[in-house]
This record gives sequence, C-alpha cells and structure tokens, in this order.
Amino acid sequence: MKILLPALSPTMETGNLVKWLVKEGDSVVSGDILAEIETDKATMELESPDDGKVEKILVKEGTENISVNTEIALLKVDGEEIEEIPEKPIEKSPQVSSNESEPLSSDVNISVNSLLNQTKENSGGMNWSEKEISMREALNQAIEEEMKLDKDVFLLGEEVAEYDGAYKVTQGLLDKFGSKRVLDTPISEHGFTGLAIGAAMAGLKPICEFMTFNFSMQAIDQIVNSAAKSLYMSGGEINVPIVFRGPNGAAARVGAQHSQCFISWFSHIPGLIVIAPSNARDAKGLLKSSIRNPNPVVFLEHELLYKEKTNVPEENDFLIPIGKGNLIKEGKDVTIIGFSMTVQRILNALPSIEKLGISPDIIDLRSIKPLDEELIYNSVKKTNRVVIVEDGFGSTSFGSHLSYLIQSNCFDFLDSEIIKVSGKDVPMPYAENLEKLALPNTDEIVSAVKKVSYIN
Amino acid sequence: MNKKNKNNFTNDQLLKFYEKMFLIRKFEEKAAQLYGAGKIGGFCHLYIGQEAVVIGILSSINSEDTVITAYRDHGHILARGVDPKLVMAELTGRKDGISKGKGGSMHMFSKANRFYGGHGIVGAQVPIGVGIGFAHKYRNEKKISRVYLGDGAMSNGQVFEAFNLASLWELPVLFIIENNKYGMGTSIGRSAAGGELYERATVFGIKGEKVDGMNFFNVSESAIRAREYIEKNSKPYIIEMDTYRFRGHSMSDPGLYRTKDEVNKMKEIDPVLMMKETLLNDYKIQEDMIKDIESDIKKQIKDVEKFSLESPLPDLKELYTEVYL
Repeated sequence: MKILLPALSPTMETGNLVKWLVKEGDSVVSGDILAEIETDKATMELESPDDGKVEKILVKEGTENISVNTEIALLKVDGEEIEEIPEKPIEKSPQVSSNESEPLSSDVNISVNSLLNQTKENSGGMNWSEKEISMREALNQAIEEEMKLDKDVFLLGEEVAEYDGAYKVTQGLLDKFGSKRVLDTPISEHGFTGLAIGAAMAGLKPICEFMTFNFSMQAIDQIVNSAAKSLYMSGGEINVPIVFRGPNGAAARVGAQHSQCFISWFSHIPGLIVIAPSNARDAKGLLKSSIRNPNPVVFLEHELLYKEKTNVPEENDFLIPIGKGNLIKEGKDVTIIGFSMTVQRILNALPSIEKLGISPDIIDLRSIKPLDEELIYNSVKKTNRVVIVEDGFGSTSFGSHLSYLIQSNCFDFLDSEIIKVSGKDVPMPYAENLEKLALPNTDEIVSAVKKVSYIN
Repeated sequence: MNKKNKNNFTNDQLLKFYEKMFLIRKFEEKAAQLYGAGKIGGFCHLYIGQEAVVIGILSSINSEDTVITAYRDHGHILARGVDPKLVMAELTGRKDGISKGKGGSMHMFSKANRFYGGHGIVGAQVPIGVGIGFAHKYRNEKKISRVYLGDGAMSNGQVFEAFNLASLWELPVLFIIENNKYGMGTSIGRSAAGGELYERATVFGIKGEKVDGMNFFNVSESAIRAREYIEKNSKPYIIEMDTYRFRGHSMSDPGLYRTKDEVNKMKEIDPVLMMKETLLNDYKIQEDMIKDIESDIKKQIKDVEKFSLESPLPDLKELYTEVYL
C-alpha cells in the first residue's frame, strides 16, 4: 500500500516531512502515528491507514515542500502484494479541467513580488533591510512590532492564543505577550466584538480577529452601528481605534457560508476604513498603519495569499499610508483595477493580454475606503479604458460604485464602456469546477480587456 | 418602604440626591413640552418614574467609574453631572448640544464625565460596557463599569455573550436592569420566559439581586453592596431594578398596552415624591429647604429651555465633519 502525503487542510498544496516516527521493517497497526507533517496551518500527525509492516520510506525526514499526493512510504499490508515503486512521480489526482486550471501565483510567470521590486515606491525608499517572507509572517510581524511599541494594543479572537492562530497568523504571540494581551475568546462574535469596541472607546487599541470575515456577520451590528458611527453621533467625543482583521473571500472549496467577499458591505459604511492588501509587503505596512489609526479599520486578508512571499522590510518604521493605491505595472492601453486576490487573477491574465499587443496599467487599490481616486483617474485619463476585477458578487457591488466614480470623473476621457469582472451572483458552490466558475477567471479578464479595446 | 438610612448619608448629601432627582423630573417634563411644541424631533424617551434608579446608583459611584446605557439616557447623563443646557440643546438639535446636534436624544456622550452613551440598538451597549470594564482591568484602574439595560434587552442574545465574557474574564462590571415592565409595548410577561430576569445572569456565575427601584434608599443600599462585592471579588454583579415609567415608551406612544389604572396606581409610589416625604417625615428636613431647591431647579429649567432654543442650528459644514478622526 502506498502512503501518500495527504491534504490536511483545504488550502494545503505542499507539506514538510518533519519527522518519521517509524523505521523500515517496523510493524504497525491502523491508527499508529507514522510521521509528523507540517502543513500551511499546523504540524499534524500522519496515521497508518492499515495494519502491516513499513516496507520502505521514500522521503527522508526534513524534506520540505513535498506536493500533496506524493508517495512517501510503502506499507506491506497482510495478504497484499507489494507494488513496484514507480519510477515517475505519481500523477496528481484527476483535475476536473486541467487545461483551464488557474495557476496560483507560485507557478505564474509574473509575480507580485517581481513587480513590487520595480515600483517607484520601493526603489527610491529607505535603506531598509528586507527579507522575503509570507503574508502570514508579515502580518505576525506587524502585530508583534506594534504590540511592542504600544502597550494599549491587544489581540483577541477565536484560537488566537493557545492554538497559535487558526491560520498561524498569530503564532507565538501568546508566548511573547502573555494572556493579558493575547486573548482566546469564546465562539461569541457579537459579544467579543462589542467588548473590543467598548475597550477601544475607553482608549485601548484592540486587534479583533475574525477567524474568517464570514463570522463577522454575527457582529455586523456592532461594527456598523457602534464602531463606525460613534465618532459622528458623539460630535467627535468618542473615537474607536480598532482593527477588525481576518481572512475574507473564497479560500478553497469551503462552501457557501465560508466563501464570501465582504468588501462591498464594509465599504458602504461611512466611518469605516477598509483595507485589502494583495501581498506580504503591503499587508505589513498597512496593518501597522491600521493599528496606529484612530478610526475603526476593517482589514480584509485572503487565505490563499497567506503563504505568498514578497520582500518585506524588517523595520518598525515601515508604514504604508492608508488611502494610497499602487500602480504595480505601468502601461498605456487599458487600466485594470484589482485588490487583494484579484491582483493575482489579473497577473495570471497578463501574459495573454500582452500577447494581444496590449500594455495595461495595473492598479492594486490596497485601500478600498478611502480610495486613491487620483491614481485611478490619472491612469484612466491616459488609457481611456477600464476593467475592474472583484471577487465579490457583482450585484450592487464595490466595482459598480467604482465604475460610477470613473464615469463621473473621467467621462470625457472614456473611449469605451467600463467592464467589471465580478464573482457570479450565486452562493459559492462546493464542487471544484463550479467554484472556479463562480470566481473571476483569466478568460473573463482577457475577454473584458479585448472588449474595451474593441478587439474581436 | 424602607426608611432606614443604612448608608449614613448626611442631610446635605440626601438633599443633593433629591435635587438631582427633581432636576431629572423637571427636565423631562420640559422635554415633553418642547417635543409637543415641535422643538424636539425624532425619538424622545423620557425617564419620568425611574429617577430613583439612576440617583440611587449614583450614590454609590466613585467619580472615576464609567457609565453606559441605551437610548433612555437623559436622566443618566444629567446624573453624571453634564450641564442640562448642553443636554437640552442636543434634544433641540442645536450647535451647542453635547453632541453638536449630531446625536440627538439617544446619542449623548461625555468622556470628561465618564459617560459613554447613549446607544440606540437594544442590547448593544452591554458588550460595549463590558469592554469598558475590560479596559479598567487591563489598566489596573480601580474603576467599575456601570452598564444599564432594560427588561427588553434581557432577551437579546449579545447580552448573554456579554455576561459570559464578563464573568469568564472577571471584569469589574455592574449590570443594572431597569425593569420597567414593558419593552416598548410588549409586557415582560409576553416577552420573557422563566423566572426573574437577573437570574438569567446567575447561570454565568454572576451574583445578583432584585431591588425595589422606586425607592432611593433601597437602590442605594443595593448599589453600595454591589460596589463592595465587585471591589472585593473582582467579579461582575447584577441588580434588577423593579421600576416603572410613567410616560410612554417614547413621545409617540399611545400607550394602549396598559391601563390608566395601572399607571395611576404606580404613580402612588412616585419615587420623587416618596423621597421628598421621607426627607420631610423621617429626616425632619425643613420644608423650606426643599422648596428652595425646587424653585431653584424650576428657574434653572427655564434657563435651560431658553438656551436650547436660542442656540443656533449646527453649521452646514458640520455634515461632513467627524466621520473620521
């Protein structure tokens, strides 16, 4: 029997073989622990699926980035012939439509990181030492640095402390700051969100984590009616310096109730700041700015981006201002606007777009509210054509509002209708092919670019 | 009626408490009048009938303690010592209102007087108040967060989440249920199953009691007991106040859900009149002293009215200020 590296989380693509707990020739029974596997979220134990003898260990302990479904050992099960070790690596599990599959950033030709390194913002900056780290590490650094700088900053949420964070974003913070400042809450969003808002009204600076923003709906009244409106309705007396953060949008096949982008919801509300970074560097700089901001900030992360790496300054003073977008690729023919995960979707489509002889401006909004209108309008006035890509439902969406703003401010400059590529107006399906279809994809982005460019 | 003064207040102190109760009564009567004259708009929830609750609690408060309540907040912000002129000017929606005319009757705050509002969504102030208590503990402050809620809020889910968190994290919070028997027009019997309301908190390990909320002395004793418990045990406490509002839920309430007889019967135990009678009969305070206080308040209310009507409307530029800091 082949022992394959199992997928131990919805988003796990590779794992590390931390340790073998058996050696060749050992007898095992079903349920015995064979090895420790490190996933994108935690270190997990791999159990033997049957009774038998460990025939061969194929992957040494300490090996990193082993693809899911790689053979890692052979088990001789009683009454079963041992199979030949194949020379070629095992084929991946059948893809529903492998030709059309969307590559994630790791296999894509153009990475956010390579573009970030070229932008003005980063080339002319300070002489900071930088390190390539993942977005989850970058967020962790931001929280740690700000908690060190300001004792009023504290963190609360489900599984943020002893579990080390459901997505490892808060890993190690309990050990560094103790249970007074890193608090596991009950599964009680309405209550703990209200509590965090009260603590902020009294002068503390909470970081309130939602395990995912889907669960923030339990607390939407507190976010909208208490956090966002108190400054105004108190005539400036009461401000609410709080950050609500956590993963937003569709991860991978977690179904309708766990896959929704809430950017349109929160950006509708005066009094809230809304941030949606696409990469580790921005995530760190913007989270630090958000923690220091005296207003309520909704900081929308994306689970599929947590593992993506970029160069990130290690400095306390590294801040990215709220309200500034980033022109991550400069072109001339069309303006393509995205944020969070959709920046990656746009970059996936970029080779096909360039093949058409079209050179786009690509804008990563980073801040949804306030919006960098100047950056957008300057680009549109140059290219005269706009495509907006958003993961959220298209109906009454942020993208709809953005296209209103653009037609209103750049009417005389537009040479074409504005097209938005949005998530489909359906609850997120579970099946792999349907989920893919529900989200904006490369073909749709390329088609939109062709349409605004009048290319058939 | 409990006439004993177990709290050893001096006559001067008792007169001060009476003055505050009388101020709230006259302020609210004036607000009702101004509402009828079209000078106050929107929703306006009067505190008439419940004065002994807020002033009884006040008698146990350290000046640093914080207070938060829902939308029936005029009495609370006055008890906290905010200038009645600023409160009335808020009701009339004027520039000099405590929230610059941008909050209204339900949304008034004063950090200087440690009053955190003024919240319009039933129950929402409860987790917020627990969060203020969290901040007190986090900073090692010897303060108690006083969280008022109505009988209506006691069937609201987040309130139970807040009880759980307050008890779990041992926060210095005093919950005060102002049970005036009606959540808007629905009587408590038609909205709450089971036994006493405060017992709904005891399942979370929160100690509590039910008190005659029409009697200043009973409220005060209970509040002092609660303060001592919280200070000694670093744990929350809950008091259910048996009280009654003499006016409607808001100014636009026709009051069809209760009889005139019921209201009139409750008016026989009017907390302001009872306090006055106790001061005259049991404390032998001179009637002239009380009359002087009352006439001063009446005079003050005239000034308050004048101020609230003469203050200009907010500048139009205020529309876009204070959305963000």
